[in-house]
Amino acid sequence: MDTSNSTGREINYATRVDKVTFKSRLTRNLKAGLTVIIAIFVLIPVFWMAATAFKSRADAVAAPPKVFFQPSMEGFIGLLTQRRQVTVAQGLDDLKKDPNLKWYDRVMLNKGQQIVGTSEYVGYLKNSAITAGTSTILSVIFGLFAAYAFSRFPVAGKGDLLFFILSTRMMPPVVVTIPIFLLYRQLGLYDTTIGLVILYTVFNLSFSVWLLKGFIDEIPREYEEAALVDGYSRLQAFFKIVLPQTITGLAATTVFCLIFAWNEYAFAVMLTAQNARTAPPSIPSVLGTGGIEWAQIAAGAMGFLIPVAIVTFALRNYLLRGVTFGAVRR
Amino acid sequence: MATIELKNVVKKFGEKYAVKPMNMTINDGEFVVLLGPSGCGKTTTLRMISGLETVSSGNIYLNGRDVTWAHPSNRDIAYVFQFYALYPHLTVWQNIAFTLQAQSVKKDEIERRVKDVATLLKIKHLFKRHPGRLSGGDQQRVALARALVRRPTAFLMDEPLGALDADFRETMRSEIKHLHITQKATTVYVTHDQIEAMAMGDRIVVMSDAAIQQIGTPAEVYHDPANLFVANFIGSPGMNLVKGHYRAGKLNLPGGGVYTPSDIWKTRIEKQLGDDQDVILGFRPEAAWVVTQDQLSAEVFLVEMNGSNMMLDLHLSDQVIIRVRANRGVNYSIGSRINFDLDPQMVRFFNPATEAALVME
Amino acid sequence: MSELILQNISKTFGSITALDEVSFTVNDNEFFVLLGPTGAGKSTTLRVICGLEKPDSGHVIFDGEVSDDLTPADRDVAIVFQQYSLYPTMSVYDNMAFPLRAPGRKVPEDQIRKSIEQAAEKLRITHLLTRKTVQLSGGEMQRVSIGRAIVRRPRVFLMDEPLSNLDAKLRESLRAELKHLQKVEGVTTLYVTHDQIEALTMADRIGVLNRGKLIQVGTPEDIYDRPANIFVAKLVGTPRINLLAVERQNDSWNITGLEININLAGTNDLPESFMLGIRPEDVSLNPSGEYPGEIELSEPLGVETIVHIKSGTAEITCLAHGLVQLKHGDTVRFDINKNHLHYFDEQGNRI
Repeated sequence: MDTSNSTGREINYATRVDKVTFKSRLTRNLKAGLTVIIAIFVLIPVFWMAATAFKSRADAVAAPPKVFFQPSMEGFIGLLTQRRQVTVAQGLDDLKKDPNLKWYDRVMLNKGQQIVGTSEYVGYLKNSAITAGTSTILSVIFGLFAAYAFSRFPVAGKGDLLFFILSTRMMPPVVVTIPIFLLYRQLGLYDTTIGLVILYTVFNLSFSVWLLKGFIDEIPREYEEAALVDGYSRLQAFFKIVLPQTITGLAATTVFCLIFAWNEYAFAVMLTAQNARTAPPSIPSVLGTGGIEWAQIAAGAMGFLIPVAIVTFALRNYLLRGVTFGAVRR
Repeated sequence: MATIELKNVVKKFGEKYAVKPMNMTINDGEFVVLLGPSGCGKTTTLRMISGLETVSSGNIYLNGRDVTWAHPSNRDIAYVFQFYALYPHLTVWQNIAFTLQAQSVKKDEIERRVKDVATLLKIKHLFKRHPGRLSGGDQQRVALARALVRRPTAFLMDEPLGALDADFRETMRSEIKHLHITQKATTVYVTHDQIEAMAMGDRIVVMSDAAIQQIGTPAEVYHDPANLFVANFIGSPGMNLVKGHYRAGKLNLPGGGVYTPSDIWKTRIEKQLGDDQDVILGFRPEAAWVVTQDQLSAEVFLVEMNGSNMMLDLHLSDQVIIRVRANRGVNYSIGSRINFDLDPQMVRFFNPATEAALVME
Repeated sequence: MSELILQNISKTFGSITALDEVSFTVNDNEFFVLLGPTGAGKSTTLRVICGLEKPDSGHVIFDGEVSDDLTPADRDVAIVFQQYSLYPTMSVYDNMAFPLRAPGRKVPEDQIRKSIEQAAEKLRITHLLTRKTVQLSGGEMQRVSIGRAIVRRPRVFLMDEPLSNLDAKLRESLRAELKHLQKVEGVTTLYVTHDQIEALTMADRIGVLNRGKLIQVGTPEDIYDRPANIFVAKLVGTPRINLLAVERQNDSWNITGLEININLAGTNDLPESFMLGIRPEDVSLNPSGEYPGEIELSEPLGVETIVHIKSGTAEITCLAHGLVQLKHGDTVRFDINKNHLHYFDEQGNRI
């Protein structure tokens, strides 16, 4: 089977012979085409949700479903603001003539509604950001130091401790929501941001300890030992030598912890009410207030998706390295 | 018949040459060693022969058949890796039998061949063990068995002894060479250790900087190196290379010494370089011996014990250090001056500009 | 003065005895090599001296000062590892400055610069100072590691197989450089390796370690010419020493497997059965030699050739001068230098 190089050009990179030849152009194109079709098919719900976020109320529920439509921001605005009904009789036209109107005011006035303030959702969004952000930072920091200790020091019962830490992730959070609800009620942590932060931190800790330990294990001890012999204390050696080399691990851990905390639903629903409520439980509550505001729900889901997508995309190089890093032993 | 031929084989990574145009023929049953420092292109060449790496241009022939674009599994070559590549979840027996099973060889035939090969390599007692519980030397033996049992056209070995302890290396070296003598299989062997190359090779391909520096038998590369690189790389330590100025039949060396080359060499130097020119004198440590009085003297600054003999590091001048082999039993004190002479049969000369050896016509 | 004394150092890890009552002295300015196979306890010894491990019993004494309570930082030793000595996130200059910038030292920056420049010149790495360590070759990295150890001017250098990961040729050139450097700097050095050539060529004295026990201490000549037991005899010397079992009847010896009989007068003090050691350079090819044999294998090394001779059912290795043109199957005759024989008893100890 001595076919010649089907690409016909010089191969100036590292690759095996069997990867270069044999596949005819047709097969390759067919395979690529099929992959694209499947990808599109799988992503249709996501596209639809994104489209719905920009539809007007009527378009959102149109049957047959409207693929082409006039985009409108009412979904987003409606989600983020409180409005009241204003009829022509009540002076709608006068309001429209106001020169200081912002574009979002105008959009809602065209529908007969006047914006009177921000909605509760904005507050929930803020809570989400604070809760997720704080718990991520805490679990990464604690995880880092714990991982270092597990990696470098002969901790008594290390194997058992590590397994115990891992086991906290083995059960679905939903299973313990009731006991924790009762516990929090007793402790006065019900419906507090700090209560939620503590819970998320604890749940993320198992993940961050394991992931970071894998990273730190890969950093040879000789680096710190040389520093110790040279006159540095262990803490100084840690900051100057180990930390710079764990940056990718920290990035990966941060993203994973953030994703969990940000999207968390079960605890948020059970353990919060008005004060500490985060965004995920509140999106469905938009349902059922005088008709279903699909555009707003879609807008809420989109808005929720985007920050995580951005962070993941920004750290994508670190993530790929992070997922496989600890797995391959030299 | 198992000949391997490389015609104008090139490998580039981007614009950079990993292997410059290479032409080489390996004869049936020959043990050829690709020797050179890290990064010289020897492993890339081996991988191209095996198909694990594509060529950028050129052709590779196996027994006259153009295999340049043949699938690695269609070339009938066995590859032995530096780090064994044994399957950890299979026993030794299963590891060796693996390739035969993949080729749908009959069961009793497999048993016979595996037993034969294991007897040859003295690992029959390890059949039931897993690779993780074997010593480095045994693991390498299993890797060799796995390659041998296939009875391929040629063997390709990529620094197989690199991961072993020094004493194991010695033993395995003799074993592999002995194996080659009895099996007579064409083998291409890659190493950076010139001692291995000299001990094992029928011919050595000395490579540096992506190009072949010289192809020759151990005797040829040792006694008649083609250029400065080969002269220095082969031999432990390498050849002493001293730049001197040749004028009117005498070579003036740094430090003030004067060396008179033999007539043959005088003619050659004058013919190829001319009179009143710089020329590089080369001689191996064993080509020099200590005498009581001569035109060449140097100061002792280090005495090294080598086991069966001694190596003297001498300062010919402040900058130039030469090494001379001496017998044990004599005490050389550091700082003393000694006189030495050179065996006229063993000196060589090199062109300082081209670095090539001045050869006999 | 910087003398290093190890006194009865013992260390176990769980059920494994890493070091068993190891005692030796490294004299001031001495280049002492600790030689032993993998797992002998060499690295553990270095770590105990550094302070990175605490011995179960025994003391490490620097210049008469017992160091049991000293932290690694206070012991004023520098260590060069086999790999991973250089911090990948810093440049070469910063790597070499790192030990001097340790908070406890308070060395001014211009003095740091001077020390680094001096050390860089000695090791010929001045042109590498601004580079990142990942851009260096293996040999350059080890040079920088050694430079980093030098700038501190410690009282003891510890080196843990620094050349093992390098190409054979690089090892050769760095070996000579290291030995020369040590002589010029005059620092007490403890060097650990499994490579006996390194030990023989570089050491002022060698300590042979096996499975945590120190077996023999002496100059390279002592270790090579008078190995204390079979282990040391096999460890040192390449090619390996020939070891043959002998049954003695008065002056006549019957060597197992070999078709030769040696008759040596005056050896009645030897036991009736013992192990005979003959170094390959003490076996010489001679067309009119005393004993016959057949060539098994010939390994030409250039300056000499290793010839494996089969005589009877046993094999003898011979080191012949130059390139010998013999091949498998040729018949030869050879001599044995009877003045350089080594004798070992049943336990393997030297007689």
